[in-house]
Amino acid sequence: MKVSEMIEKTGFKTVVPGEDREVNGVYCGDLLSWVMGNGQPEQAWITVQSHLNVIAVAVLREFSCIVLAENAEFPEEVIERAKNEGLTLLYSDLPVYETAVRLFKAGV
Amino acid sequence: MSVIYQKTYNVEKDDYANAGLVSSLIKQSLRTIGVSSAVSRRVAVAVYEAEINMIIHAYGGTITLEISDDGAIRLIASDLGPGIPDIQKALTPGFSTASKKAMELGFGAGMGLPNIKRNADEFHIESSPAGTVLDLKFQERE
Ligand SMILES: Nc1ncnc2c1ncn2[C@@H]1O[C@H](COP(=O)(O)OP(=O)(O)OP(=O)(O)O)[C@@H](O)[C@H]1O
Ligand SMILES: [Mg+2]
Repeated sequence: MKVSEMIEKTGFKTVVPGEDREVNGVYCGDLLSWVMGNGQPEQAWITVQSHLNVIAVAVLREFSCIVLAENAEFPEEVIERAKNEGLTLLYSDLPVYETAVRLFKAGV
Repeated sequence: MSVIYQKTYNVEKDDYANAGLVSSLIKQSLRTIGVSSAVSRRVAVAVYEAEINMIIHAYGGTITLEISDDGAIRLIASDLGPGIPDIQKALTPGFSTASKKAMELGFGAGMGLPNIKRNADEFHIESSPAGTVLDLKFQERE
């Protein structure tokens, strides 16, 4: 499915509307080199890390979007960087597990 | 075999904000000249981890990309010290000396060097207090 359809079905809040990429599966993780080593292209990435380096990791790993869980917030510089990269940023007010479950129920 | 393309990028100590920049520039160049996305991705992951290590653990350095006429891709990441005292230990998955602050930011899983090794087709590392040099080669895998 596309990111837009995923957003519609999950109700996650859009912070940056990026390119409407294909979503294929989910990766959860906050240890960046772990994510770098194991994430796959087109996955939606659930994390609680919100600093600039997550954008670099998401772009290099070719994730379809980042879902920031646990009510965390992206700083302005991160939002700007994501806009430049065409990367969708979303907020979930749920913990990581519930965020993943919601994506699963949405059919991701 | 001769080198047909060479470019060197600088990486500054503690420059967290620009970490990943060299990696995405190199990835773009590789894609532009027609290197497969599979190889470009492996190179990009290795560059990113080398970049981050230079920013976090070293006093900065340079990353050089070389492409030969037979299509071989070589990366040389060379930093200004302080070096890695025990390379075998550093290569062990999970080993890290990252500071508490770095760990809070999600660094320090001790997976960077293992990621580099796994993604490269040839991996050489040398280190002394004057600096650490990673010499990596990549080619299309069957
Ligand atoms: N360029 C370098 N200069 C000095 N020490 C280094 C350098 N690169 C790695 N090290 C040392 O080797 C250890 C392991 O590096 P590695 O990249 O595998 O893990 P990390 O950087 O600690 O964590 P991660 O990469 O998972 O965020 C580091 O903690 C550090 O002690
Ligand atoms: Mg590292």
